[in-house]
Amino acid sequence: MALNDFIDSTATNPLGRPRGIWSALHLDPILLVLLLILVTGGLFILYSGADRNLAVVEAQGIRLGVAFVVMLVFAQLDPSVFRRWAPWLYGAGLAALLAVLLVGVGAKGAQRWLAIPGLPRFQPSELMKLVVPMMAAWYLSRHFLPPRFRHVVVGLAIVLVPMMMIIQQPDLGTSLLVGMAGLFVVFFAGISWKLIAAFVAIVSVSAPMMWIFVMRDYQKQRVLTLLDPQSDPLGAGWNIIQSKTAIGSGGIDGKGWLQGTQSHLEFLPESHTDFIVAVLAEEFGFVGMLLLMLVYVLIILRCLYIAAAAQDSFSRLLAGALTMTFFIYIFVNVGMVSGLLPVVGVPLPLISYGGTSGVTLMAAFGVLMSIHTHRRMISA
Amino acid sequence: MPWGEFKDTAAERRLFQRRTLVMLTFVLVLIGGLLARMYQLQVVEHDIYTTLSDKNRVQVQSVPPPRGLVYDRNRTLLAENRPVFSVTLVPERVDGMDETLAQLDQLLDISEEDRERFQRRLQEPRRPFQEIPLRYDLNEQEMARLAVHRHQLPGVEVEAELVRYYPHSELTAHALGFVGRINRDELQRIDPINYAGTNYIGKSGIERFYEGVLHGQVGYQHVETNARGRTLRVLERENPVPGEDLQLHLDLNLQKRAHDLLDGRRGAIVAIEPATGGILALASVPGFDANKFVTGISVKDYRELSESRDKPLFNRALRGQYPPGSTVKPMMAIAALDSGATTREHTVWDPGHFRLKEGGRVWRDWKRGGHGWVDLMDSMAVSCDVYFYEIAVKMGVDTMYNYLSQFGFGENAALDVSGALSGLLPSRDWKRATRNEPWYPGDSVNMGIGQGFMLATPLQLATATSLIANRGTWTEPRLLKDIDGDTPASDFLPDQTHEPLKLKNPDDWEYVVDTMAEVMHGRQGTARSSGQNAPYRMAGKTGTAQVFSLAEDEEYDAEEVQERLRDHALFVGFAPVDNPKIAVAVIVENGGGGSSTAAPVARELFDAWLLEFPNAGTEGLVGKVNAGGGQ
Repeated sequence: MALNDFIDSTATNPLGRPRGIWSALHLDPILLVLLLILVTGGLFILYSGADRNLAVVEAQGIRLGVAFVVMLVFAQLDPSVFRRWAPWLYGAGLAALLAVLLVGVGAKGAQRWLAIPGLPRFQPSELMKLVVPMMAAWYLSRHFLPPRFRHVVVGLAIVLVPMMMIIQQPDLGTSLLVGMAGLFVVFFAGISWKLIAAFVAIVSVSAPMMWIFVMRDYQKQRVLTLLDPQSDPLGAGWNIIQSKTAIGSGGIDGKGWLQGTQSHLEFLPESHTDFIVAVLAEEFGFVGMLLLMLVYVLIILRCLYIAAAAQDSFSRLLAGALTMTFFIYIFVNVGMVSGLLPVVGVPLPLISYGGTSGVTLMAAFGVLMSIHTHRRMISA
Repeated sequence: MPWGEFKDTAAERRLFQRRTLVMLTFVLVLIGGLLARMYQLQVVEHDIYTTLSDKNRVQVQSVPPPRGLVYDRNRTLLAENRPVFSVTLVPERVDGMDETLAQLDQLLDISEEDRERFQRRLQEPRRPFQEIPLRYDLNEQEMARLAVHRHQLPGVEVEAELVRYYPHSELTAHALGFVGRINRDELQRIDPINYAGTNYIGKSGIERFYEGVLHGQVGYQHVETNARGRTLRVLERENPVPGEDLQLHLDLNLQKRAHDLLDGRRGAIVAIEPATGGILALASVPGFDANKFVTGISVKDYRELSESRDKPLFNRALRGQYPPGSTVKPMMAIAALDSGATTREHTVWDPGHFRLKEGGRVWRDWKRGGHGWVDLMDSMAVSCDVYFYEIAVKMGVDTMYNYLSQFGFGENAALDVSGALSGLLPSRDWKRATRNEPWYPGDSVNMGIGQGFMLATPLQLATATSLIANRGTWTEPRLLKDIDGDTPASDFLPDQTHEPLKLKNPDDWEYVVDTMAEVMHGRQGTARSSGQNAPYRMAGKTGTAQVFSLAEDEEYDAEEVQERLRDHALFVGFAPVDNPKIAVAVIVENGGGGSSTAAPVARELFDAWLLEFPNAGTEGLVGKVNAGGGQ
């Protein structure tokens, strides 16, 4: 059973004793190999999606290189560092989000960036994808699990405050990911199914309220477009129609690398950023999609295993939540490109062109590797 | 470990692992959902999306066939196709028409005229995604500027288009006609498939008549286009079948000579080769530049042409309907001899006037005092009116109508000349129908000298003259000599649409031809000054058509009459007398007398055709001219 072998590759060493070079580097070789496969394949797809523009591939390669360095750095830190720093980072993150709302810069009617003189411009909301689950894990792991009701309320507050601030920017995609990251912590902490049911009920009641009071017109338009793309085939529906056409015309084995007509003839918008999975689906077909999903599932499996093997609640909660955030990226992006979900600005993780999310994701994998490689022998 | 000491780590671990299994299931179910969606799109609905994708990228474009060329009888090009670069807009693809036009205005010199025409076309019905031209004939600088800014201007294209060009347009506009943009009415009429890529259609003349031959068959190409509609490559191509080339009987040299001879005047010349019916020259002066009409004439230019007093757009040769005057006398002579209304020996006393009955209305002869005793030969030579008044009355309208209609009067006898009018050959029935009056003998008197109701076009006069030159054998006038292609010319040029005019005594043809030769060469011939010193013999008849009627005893002085009210000068004739090579009809509007104005023009044409361009598509002409000259 290859899968079992794979999952249990460290099980032969249940104490997680340092073993050779990987332990010295605090890297998990299985996760690293899977990530390298994903990233390398992604660069080839990006080359096609960017219409053979090598400069784009080069820039993405440099960004990913930086992201791997960030992962390496995070992997060296002991998980207790994240735990100790969580409240401070969270406080700083909230302050930065407040600053974005007050003095942030941006484009197209959204303020997402913070430009502090002397520092590169950055998106505080991006950092919150890591910090919010850390904070929630820090808070909930201080108490007995499963959490009591008041702890759940505080945990949810920890998640919802930054989430609302990000919605105000407005950035629906990021707020969704930040919120989900936090909620997964609460879920992994063991919140009772009754509360979950109540929560689902509240969400379904508040959805119409969100529609009326929170969502911007362009966001509403995206939802409407999803429901009926043909209503505006040259406007908002264009993206969905063209990406579905790209995917569908790929068939079982695709049109071949660089042969996708939808992307290369510019029918497919955003073909190297948010809609890049349509390029893959068009050029490599259903087989290509199966392979991509296989790599993603293997990464998730490995990460969930790391979470399950973690030695303290904070590490478990954090690892589980970060893994599920990664999954949410995949699901929302592929769902939106294939016309199942409204168009939300969520990239395909580690494949879409663009720097910030790649760095955050690799940092999260660094945290996971840190958790896995800093395990100690526990006295019986 | 500050925390954990009080916690049930094992229980927490088990709780977490249960939750992880739930999440794992959640992940696998949702990933399965995504893959199911992919399966639906890529396998189940694959065909639908393949079609959509192909429709996106592959467009079928029609390729217009190049229009057939038109040559004269010496293979001189009269109508060709020239590549013209124009800037066009596809409104469906332009974002922001006003901004785009403003931007183009910076790059190109766009006149108010261009803008108006463009706006007009924008409103007109058209095929979807059909481009609308904004400006034609871009120069190289303008094309370079457009190329630089092309990416900022979606929906704007520079198109190379083959556009009709007439290298000798001022000379040939009336003979060839011209092409122009397909208009709304024509859009209803044409085959939408074959004309899918065609922007021009024959509007008049040869271009119109032979539209089906000249146009050719449309071709197709499947092209790959990107999302902005730009053509990237041709995937598949079915070439168009080019239109077939036409060779005309027209001789550009003779046509030019005809124009030169009428230069500065208004008039028309039609020259026909009697043996074939081929139209050698068809001149209507002044002419105009048909090239202006091809891509759309400016309002100012059109107004100038249409409001000119000289009416350059009016095709006098085909549509000018004039009283034939004395030029009808040779045909009347045939009619009178054959019907028995006169004989070669019959003589008439011409006192200078004619009355139907004693004390009745007086018809004057053109010569005050008259010509004295004249027979038919004399009457033709001096153009005696009284002789013809008398035989006209003797024949009566029915006989005259019968004979003249056999000469092609009252109909468009031409085979391929579109737009030619049929003049007016009056008859009893016609007068009853149009005027509700009986035919009076006085009407016959007028008709005898080609006045009164009768009207004829220069083409008809040349046709009738050609019939005399052929001694009664019909060769219907035609412009087309041959088609360089699969279509046989006989499809358009049927044999013998008219019965030959057979006379009881065929020698009467020779006699009437002799009387016409007497006009040119006789001692008293009205055109003797035009007939002298020729190395060949010619036959002719002068004519003068009154523009308005004079009171019967009013003194007529051409000097006093305003130029525009002067008589039209006419002449018909052919040469050489035996084995005729050319028959002509000349009309000079307000030219005064036929003998002084029109006959010299005809003589120059005869000389040009028989002596100057002796090899113009007619073999062995020189020898025959010499033989003719010996007579």
